[in-house]
Amino acid sequence: MGIHAPAVSLQGIEKTFRSPEGPVHAVRGVDVTIEPGEVVALLGPNGAGKSTTIDVLLGLTKTDAGSVALLGRPPAGAIKEGLIGAMLQIGSLPRDLTVREIVTVIGSLYREPVDVDDVLEQVGITRLAERRTQKLSGGETQRVRFAIAIVTNPELLVLDEPTAAMDVEGRHAFWTTMREFAARGKTVLFATHYLEEADAYADRAVLMARGRVVVDGPTTEIKAMVGLRTIRATLPGADLAALARLPGVSSADGRGEAIVLRCTDSDAAVRALLQAYPDARDLEITGAGFEEAFMELTRGEDRGEAA
Amino acid sequence: MTTYIRYELARVLRNRRFVVLSLGFPLALYYLIAGPNRNEADLGGSGISAPLYLMVGLAAFGTMNAVISGGARIAFDRSLGWTRQLRLTPLSPRSYLATKLLVAYLTALMTIAVLAVAGTTLGVRLSAQSWAEMVALLLVGLLPFAALGIVLGHVLTVDSLGPAVGGLTALLSILGGVWFPIDNGFLHAVAQGLPSYWLVQASHVASGGRPWGALGWFVTITWTIVLGALAAWAYRRDTQRV
Repeated sequence: MGIHAPAVSLQGIEKTFRSPEGPVHAVRGVDVTIEPGEVVALLGPNGAGKSTTIDVLLGLTKTDAGSVALLGRPPAGAIKEGLIGAMLQIGSLPRDLTVREIVTVIGSLYREPVDVDDVLEQVGITRLAERRTQKLSGGETQRVRFAIAIVTNPELLVLDEPTAAMDVEGRHAFWTTMREFAARGKTVLFATHYLEEADAYADRAVLMARGRVVVDGPTTEIKAMVGLRTIRATLPGADLAALARLPGVSSADGRGEAIVLRCTDSDAAVRALLQAYPDARDLEITGAGFEEAFMELTRGEDRGEAA
Repeated sequence: MTTYIRYELARVLRNRRFVVLSLGFPLALYYLIAGPNRNEADLGGSGISAPLYLMVGLAAFGTMNAVISGGARIAFDRSLGWTRQLRLTPLSPRSYLATKLLVAYLTALMTIAVLAVAGTTLGVRLSAQSWAEMVALLLVGLLPFAALGIVLGHVLTVDSLGPAVGGLTALLSILGGVWFPIDNGFLHAVAQGLPSYWLVQASHVASGGRPWGALGWFVTITWTIVLGALAAWAYRRDTQRV
């Protein structure tokens, strides 16, 4: 409970669920410490154990082993003191209340809520203020749920896949608001399966896979560890082994004349590719999807130090 | 907390289904049945006029419905993930339940008020003391139903809620003697073991009936304890799982 208590402390968290097909080890020994003021992405593909970890962190699910502390308190204590704001992955809003009313009623449960009009403005839903909740679209509902999470003026904001049902406009408004919130020195933990979101909006990413933390570090570090970009090109008679040895390329695949290069440094790779193969054409550079990046990472793990 | 209670009440009053079922339905039934029989001064040999008998009977039926529905509405909050969201706020689970019960009782009082006005239009005249006695005893008699509502709110899904609550209140009200007096035979013996029978008896305090004897208190308290324990169990089971 000292002054320097971390915002989040997860030690040795384990959680197993029973299912008809036998036990499911959703989380198998997770240790994460988040300092006040950090913006951390909990990253991982679906089924990595992110939501279970968040449920345990918030005290919604009991952990089988290990301990949880939020700002030096047990989760229930931190929640009772009004220090936590949260937006869960699944959830809807009760009907027959207006947007303003539902944000107001949640704010009223806290000692120092933010002004409701300010929150609606920040989240970009002022024009929806008088609308009944049952008349909102999926994306609008998500934004109201976000407003509910921040009207509480929390020290720690926990968001589980916040942009899942949002449209482009909603996502943009959402991340802008999240950054403003974090800039006030608040701690944010958000779960996502988009590497780009983690990269763009978090200082640090905790990458989970199959219930474990695979990597925990600055997002730049994670980017460097995975083949973030992919170059596709048309190149007749390509020698895949030689392509894989080009600077910035981590692996090369091909079918017929089409080649696919996974790159740790796509800029260097493009220069080297065009220099070595001036007849390469139809170049296309794309950011890797998270699944792809994730495969790269775990493959590296399997190969161990030999790679 | 007052803001929370106010909006919980608003949610209920803006719900068309509530207004129709808990206020409109008893009212419509009252006029449909008591209207044509408004001059019947001695219903079924009970010595009570039809408008009065049906007014107090429907008060029992309507409040039973209101209070069961009040708890059962927890099923909506659960299906929306709203109970989970509320568990992440300083609102204690106890306050959540207490508010549901408070709102349920407030809607029960509204049902009584609506029927009181309707009764007056059909010539029912009761002293303030009769009203006070009836309402006080009704509020006690409703306790088992409040607990029952909380149980249903935790074990039912939103889809099964309507038929379950509707069927249960219909059955309990028939066996409790809302629609016609049950005062002898096998049915009477069964009915005396039900909380709805005593709820109806409570309402009949206003129509010259006697307050509960020992059996009434015993049955009501026993059901309150049993259903209250079930409600606590259902509530704990639910919070452990979510």
